[in-house]
Amino acid sequence: MIIKRAPDLTENDTTAYALYQNRREFLKFLGGAVALGTALPPLAWAKSVFSTDEKPTDFEDITSYNNFYEFGTGKDEPASNAKTLVTSPWSVTVDGECEKPGTYTLEEMLKPHPLEERIYRMRCVEGWSMVIPWQGFPLGSLLKRFQPTSKAKFVRFETLADPQQMPELKQKVLDWPYTEGLRMDEAMHPLTLLATGLYDKPLLNQNGAPLRLVVPWKYGFKSIKSIVRISFVEQQPVSSWEKANAKEYGFYSNVNPEVDHPRWSQYNERRIGEFSKRKTLMFNGYAEQVASLYSGMDLRTYY
Amino acid sequence: MQFPEPLFTRFLKPLVFACALIPLVLIGWGVWQDSLGANPIEAVTRSTGDWALRFLLLTLALSTLRRLVGWTQGIRLRRMLGLFAFFYASVHLILYLWLDQFFDWGGIWRDILKRPFITVGMLAFLMLIPLAITSPKAMLRRLGKRWKTLHTLIYPLSMLAVLHFWWMKDAKSDVSEPLLYALILAALLGERLYQRFKA
Repeated sequence: MIIKRAPDLTENDTTAYALYQNRREFLKFLGGAVALGTALPPLAWAKSVFSTDEKPTDFEDITSYNNFYEFGTGKDEPASNAKTLVTSPWSVTVDGECEKPGTYTLEEMLKPHPLEERIYRMRCVEGWSMVIPWQGFPLGSLLKRFQPTSKAKFVRFETLADPQQMPELKQKVLDWPYTEGLRMDEAMHPLTLLATGLYDKPLLNQNGAPLRLVVPWKYGFKSIKSIVRISFVEQQPVSSWEKANAKEYGFYSNVNPEVDHPRWSQYNERRIGEFSKRKTLMFNGYAEQVASLYSGMDLRTYY
Repeated sequence: MQFPEPLFTRFLKPLVFACALIPLVLIGWGVWQDSLGANPIEAVTRSTGDWALRFLLLTLALSTLRRLVGWTQGIRLRRMLGLFAFFYASVHLILYLWLDQFFDWGGIWRDILKRPFITVGMLAFLMLIPLAITSPKAMLRRLGKRWKTLHTLIYPLSMLAVLHFWWMKDAKSDVSEPLLYALILAALLGERLYQRFKA
């Protein structure tokens, strides 16, 4: 069957970029004007079933309170120091147990994947949390393109480690490059996202531009930023934090209010922008979707 | 090195008092202006802890200065600076009890038992209380020799305070800041040891 292009559409019918960028404001305006008081959510993107209805954290807070040690260990440092990160051109090397290894430009990586919005909770291991409207696509759909072999049991990720762009690398706070890993089924899970933007804007450098992982049921540090390497591996990779302190940061690092960090409780969290603390939810509230991945596992042992 | 007496009592001492209040004013201003970043509660808790530790070290530095450069007047600032250490430590503790734990005493007790950095922080504060209570001159007179013995508590409690900071930061794998405090404390205590064995 041949699907013909609609004959009445021309280039002039495409939405101007500026207008496209403003659609949220426009919809808000519409929503306010037409349906005063009926609380219509702005429908900028097709609403993902995985998105939360919770109020997103302020853009200002999401982009100024970051952990990105390559640009300093202070929360405010990445926002001021990450300007030196060059995100274009960008390429990602794919290697290990797959049929199609190689080095791909960012454009090649992103091209086949339609972006969608996912509003996810993000729980940091330090005891604070945010709600972030990400734009991205499922990691699984990208990984499939490289045709992982039966030996691929885990996926390992690496952040850029360029001392020219990341002056703080000389502080040997962690063993660079920043490394993270997921089990294959975790990586292929539909919740697992590769993000390229947030709040309808391309990712800012401090948030892990141009391409970062988002695994909402794990502590934030698993969601590795500014990815330059994706490796399919047979053995469970050792993440940077695990290497630094295996007793405190395990490979799984699933959000779990029952298993304390040795130094503090994970029982509750401070949502950024809120005064009181709220209870931390099992798997950060995504238990329904992901608990089955860990059935039969003792989550105290595999923390 | 000495200042003329009227200059010291009428000008320098009040000036030090005013300066010691600057962190409090800045913190208050930051809260008022909402300029403390995305997590103001954490910022205020950290900064009052920092200042408690800084005032502890300053308090310890005064007798070192007397021995090394002969500035004896400084000792007369010691009570004030020590009380400021107690003041900032109290605010730090209240912020933890209130805005971190919301007075959940069961949770606080579990925190003290299970988390070494909380345990040592709490111990350091407990040791600071008798020092603050016995700080008036009348208490010094009443306690006599025992006052001096009691106030040697500042040595272990300073070590515990640095350890509290160290263990808190260690989880984040970044101990450069606590290391600086530890080195300053080691120098201040080391000088005392040196004087003791030299004599």
